[in-house]
Amino acid sequence: MTVPWLTTLVVFPLVAAVAVWLPGLVGSRRDGAGGAGLAKTTALTAALVEVLVLIGAFLEFDTATAAEYQLAETHAWIPQIGASYALGVDGVSLLLVALAVVLVPLVLAAAWREQGDNGLHLRRYLALVLILESLMVAVFAARDVFLFYVLFEAVLIPAYFLIGGFGQGPQRRRAAVKFLMFSLAGGLIMLAAVIALYFQVPVDPATGLRPEDAFLTTNLTGLELDPVAGRLMFAGFFIAFAIKAPLVPVHSWLPDVAGNATPGTSTLLICVLDKIGTFGMLTLCLPLFPEASRWAAPLVIALAVVSVLYGAIAAIGQTDLLRLVGWTSVSHFGFIILGIFTFTGLGTAGSAFMMLNHGLATGALFLTAGFLVARHPDRSQAIADYSGLRTVTPVLAGTFLVAGLATLSLPGLATFVSEIMVLVGAYGDTPGWALAAIPGVVLAAMYILLTYQKMFTGDVAEGLDRMPDIGRRERFVAAPLVVGLLVLGLVPQLALDYVDAPSARAVAGIEAVADVGAAGAADAGTPAEGNE
Amino acid sequence: MNDVIGYAPWLVGFPLIGAAVLLLGGRALDKWGHWIGVLASSASMILGLWLLFRMIGADPADRVVDHSLWTWLSAGGLDVNLALRLDPLSMTFVGLVTFVGWLIHLYSVEYMAHDPHRRRFFAYLNLFIAAMLVLVLADSYLVLFIGWEGVGLASYLLIGFWDHKRPNAVAAKKAFVMNRVGDMGLIVAMALLFAHTGALDYGTLLGSGASGTAAVDGLDQGTATAVGLALLLAACGKSAQFPLQAWLGDAMAGPTPVSALIHAATMVTAGVYLLVRSGPILDAAPTAQLVVVIVGSVTLIFGAIVGCAKDDIKKALAASTMSQIGYMMLAAGLGPVGYAFAIFHLITHGFFKAGLFLGAGSVMHGMNDEVNMRGFGALRHVMRLTAWSMFFGWLAILGIPPFSGFWSKDKIIEAAFVGEGWQPWVFGGAALIGAGITAFYMTRLMTMTFWGRPRWTEPEYHPHESPGLMVWPQVVLAVGSIALGGVLAFGDVFTTWLEPVVGTPGHHEPVLAVPVLMGATIGVVVLGAVIGYAMYRRDVPAEAPRGSVLTRAARRDLFQDTVNEGLVMKPGQGVTAVLVTADTGVIARGWATLAGGVAALGAWLRKAQTGYVRAYAASMAAGVLIIGVVIALVATLGQTAGA
Repeated sequence: MTVPWLTTLVVFPLVAAVAVWLPGLVGSRRDGAGGAGLAKTTALTAALVEVLVLIGAFLEFDTATAAEYQLAETHAWIPQIGASYALGVDGVSLLLVALAVVLVPLVLAAAWREQGDNGLHLRRYLALVLILESLMVAVFAARDVFLFYVLFEAVLIPAYFLIGGFGQGPQRRRAAVKFLMFSLAGGLIMLAAVIALYFQVPVDPATGLRPEDAFLTTNLTGLELDPVAGRLMFAGFFIAFAIKAPLVPVHSWLPDVAGNATPGTSTLLICVLDKIGTFGMLTLCLPLFPEASRWAAPLVIALAVVSVLYGAIAAIGQTDLLRLVGWTSVSHFGFIILGIFTFTGLGTAGSAFMMLNHGLATGALFLTAGFLVARHPDRSQAIADYSGLRTVTPVLAGTFLVAGLATLSLPGLATFVSEIMVLVGAYGDTPGWALAAIPGVVLAAMYILLTYQKMFTGDVAEGLDRMPDIGRRERFVAAPLVVGLLVLGLVPQLALDYVDAPSARAVAGIEAVADVGAAGAADAGTPAEGNE
Repeated sequence: MNDVIGYAPWLVGFPLIGAAVLLLGGRALDKWGHWIGVLASSASMILGLWLLFRMIGADPADRVVDHSLWTWLSAGGLDVNLALRLDPLSMTFVGLVTFVGWLIHLYSVEYMAHDPHRRRFFAYLNLFIAAMLVLVLADSYLVLFIGWEGVGLASYLLIGFWDHKRPNAVAAKKAFVMNRVGDMGLIVAMALLFAHTGALDYGTLLGSGASGTAAVDGLDQGTATAVGLALLLAACGKSAQFPLQAWLGDAMAGPTPVSALIHAATMVTAGVYLLVRSGPILDAAPTAQLVVVIVGSVTLIFGAIVGCAKDDIKKALAASTMSQIGYMMLAAGLGPVGYAFAIFHLITHGFFKAGLFLGAGSVMHGMNDEVNMRGFGALRHVMRLTAWSMFFGWLAILGIPPFSGFWSKDKIIEAAFVGEGWQPWVFGGAALIGAGITAFYMTRLMTMTFWGRPRWTEPEYHPHESPGLMVWPQVVLAVGSIALGGVLAFGDVFTTWLEPVVGTPGHHEPVLAVPVLMGATIGVVVLGAVIGYAMYRRDVPAEAPRGSVLTRAARRDLFQDTVNEGLVMKPGQGVTAVLVTADTGVIARGWATLAGGVAALGAWLRKAQTGYVRAYAASMAAGVLIIGVVIALVATLGQTAGA
């Protein structure tokens, strides 16, 4: 009997969430400090057990066929509309599942004291994080477009409550609503495209019906679409993904969320959840709508490069530490999207790798920034309220610097490998846009090092001279991320083995269309200028 | 070589482990941790020299060896191994970096003795050695880039070592950011090379040794020029060449051993290494070569002029470094006739400039960390060994025969005079005049510091010779300043040694006869030195006189910061401010207005809730109709396409 690894990964956190949330089950008898502690321990233990399950899934996965869906499970769900409960991962989705599963225990540990000792409040928070984990795993593992859509919308619920109910900024409710509005608008457009896509599946001549598993991505790949319809549906998916990713100009929700959610929530949202956008572009937009992807590429690439520079410049101009980290992500998502839409093996694989690396680097930066804010007497997020901390908290300063260096893609760290792959790959496709994106690396150095300079050097700010240095729990949070960034920086092939084949497959799908197009053009009669 | 190459990774491994242990070891290592750093550096140095001598003993044909450790990256058509290339060029650097690095580790034990963070200092020094060795030993541009930015990081950390003073932190950031501007060039170069050849490793791109094909030979001239210029941009950033030179003077904020090792002897010369390593590309791109020569010439004059006006002993030496690297760049741009001499001068400069900087550190050590030479004078009586060491360094940098600098710099001046048309006269002339100015500012430095009359008073100052561990490295470097050039020039040993990598310089006649050139050079050098001595022998006012327009400009580094501020920083801050305002004022508000509009529509519809079932039915019907039409439209389009 085969183990349903993915379903286990999805269901287990849900069970844990229920156990933590339901009154009377775990430590809620008095909802006092002791009970709260038990709930936290339960949630963290569950998150760590989930990591063990993940290791099991990794052992089962065969990188030799990383482009194929593995660990697959398929069950009929709503056959009337062709929807199935179908899970399965290729190399890229497995790494993103891993990112989600690895970050959750770190976020829980980082936020150990953040939500106070109020039992009910705390238990809700923990349960929401675990529910979010479950849904994130599911959305990356979904192999059925309808299931993917449902999960795509479902993740909004825990995310909304985590921002609005448990955030630390004064504008958290507004930020949550903004997040929800942007996401719902995107989701609605995507729904129209999903329905339209269903009707593209050919009817079985014998029964006059569409197959009961019509929504499987495999059944939707390679459909012969009318160009206009294909482009419309592409747009439906792409806009939803661009909002999630986020791409300039539909990014406006992100800085507000980063500034008002807790750093832990931002980590899960921006480092993992937002990857649904770029993941969707890579694994749905490209294979489902290859012709439309080609058609849209020039505009997408332009917007991606704008995002790279826009996000970086905006980051330089921020006064709020957490908003700044949020903006750096706008810049990095620009790189990821640039790599995907240049349709080169190197650039696309670089983007897939970058989805993982950005999660580790930005996660480390968000969480370390959170450590600092938690230490400040006024819980200030203003960069100007910090100064000279290197002498007060040397280890914390070093950790922040390492996270920052990962964010600016220092060679030797994983983020460098993915960024250079994207840039070098992109150059092979669109030299001009690649060159335009390259100044992003200088801007990255500025937004990180300026921040470090302001917060950690010079005279110690008033009232901060007794700030405690990094604690044991915080080391537990930072160490795995730093080690991961270092190991993947020195032996990136460990991860590239997972992403190379799926990326190559995505590019091959695009190139197949291009060949057809080129052949068609040649047939149409331009013999004089034929290809040499 | 093949039997011993397996040890080569430990060249990097020892200092890397040293850095890791020192950084992670915490306060427990504060008392004696620096000895771990010294041990790691010594191990690397012994191994490095052993490998160097093994290579010298090997057959010239076997002197280019690649050693692959593991597959670093194999995806999307790009294959790069984490691999080392040991050849005469890289091993020359290994010798320089590990040996001078080792001396400076020893020196730092005393120099940093009273600093509470000595352990961290040694960790960064070890990190620097490891990164620098990765830079020179890499066998691909991609792995070189790890070392390239790795040394940049070490430099950043060490310039800002005393970053509780904000200006030091600003200087560190300035260095890193300006280096990053240059690093864009390396990224562009790699993108171009991969797009045109599909590879980034030296073996494929540049060939290995005398035999083998080089992919860069297939590049068209336009591409080769673009790659060459991109590499030059990278080199300008790392080596503080015009127009990316402005960070080096500020980098003197770091502890003096750092200035000696990183900002004089090794890291800043990495740009020269990069260009010489990429020789086959430059050879195919005459335009790029010309630009390299121009950059080198401009910088060598620029640095020399700035050096004349600086009263801060370290900043004067920094300007001098910039100028001397200008000579190396100039040589590297001349092609095969210059490559070997660029590296030759790099080596001799590594010794004499490190020695001069350590001397400056020794002076500061004895003078309450004072750097203003106007407060020095007559120090030769109280710090004899330091004075003697710097004296030989001075002779070497002036290029007085038979001291080290003569053998290397004279050859560069000679090579600069080779060619046709206006170029040899302009570039050779620049190199010649530069030698004269160099003699002036170095003599000024020596006179103000060691000769003339004392301008300090006891007991405020109590100058004294530094402890042995600081003096002996200076003495060793002084021996190098005296003899290394002559030894390496004897029988063209050094140029022959580099031949497997950079080819043969061949024989070229300069536009003026060699003895004439040599005489002219010595003439301007002596002239410069005499003027320098005469001007600063007696009267050195404590406050610098106003000076001529040129002096005032040179004091302000020929307005480099003003220019950068006006052209880059101010506009950049403006763009940032506008963008941040526009983002909240235009984009975010735009979406808010849209949302408001939708809400208003909703409110209007709510008003339409008149309570009449007919109205509901009608609006529902309308809604269904719209959705239905959309779906039908899309479906039909799809069906027709599918049919």
